[in-house]
Amino acid sequence: MTEKIFPADTDALEDVLGFIETELEKADCPVKNITMISVAIEEVFVNVAHYAYPDGTGDVKIEFDFDENERTVMLRISDKGIPFDPLNKPDPDITLSAQQRQIGGLGIFITKKTMDNVSYRYENGENILTMTKKI
Amino acid sequence: MNINVEKNNESVTLKLEGRMDTTTAPMLEKEINALPEDTKDLILDMNALEYVSSAGLRVLLAAQKKMNELGTMKLIGVCDAVMEVFEMTGFADILVIE
Repeated sequence: MTEKIFPADTDALEDVLGFIETELEKADCPVKNITMISVAIEEVFVNVAHYAYPDGTGDVKIEFDFDENERTVMLRISDKGIPFDPLNKPDPDITLSAQQRQIGGLGIFITKKTMDNVSYRYENGENILTMTKKI
Repeated sequence: MNINVEKNNESVTLKLEGRMDTTTAPMLEKEINALPEDTKDLILDMNALEYVSSAGLRVLLAAQKKMNELGTMKLIGVCDAVMEVFEMTGFADILVIE
């Protein structure tokens, strides 16, 4: 298990993705899966960066673990910001035409569809989002 | 992300290179907003684009809506990972992808 702490700021996105991609490469993750998992992490991280700390800045902790037997990646994103369950949002209607499509809600939807499992809990003042994917 | 702009009469080709994420998507937005008013056809060459997140989808949606009024827009050279994001979000049906 490796973990790293980043400021909850979109300026840190490149570092966040660099960290994740390095760990995934070590796990021999296929390139396409690296991209998809990176997109999922970006969506979650950017949400936290935008909304978790309305009065200023804070940190985001990202944990990475890889089960070699199951070939399953586990990612956990935690922050001490305002309690917020990103999974509570209704899915966007993806059948609408360009004119009717709304802008919001796509990020977490992509995360849910990309990863095998996504779960949320609020514990000891922390928002904790855990996601797994078999690679 | 790098964007190469090629103008051919009323047709503009934007060649995207690298990754379109939260921090780089505004670059495409800027190019779309700067398109000459007589632009009839917009081609997004994605052969060298390896990544798109929802920030990129937002800009592509705005571009599609704009070009629906002015003429046409199409995407070429879309890689597997980007195509998967388009398909899971229904964008494969909204965008013209060759």
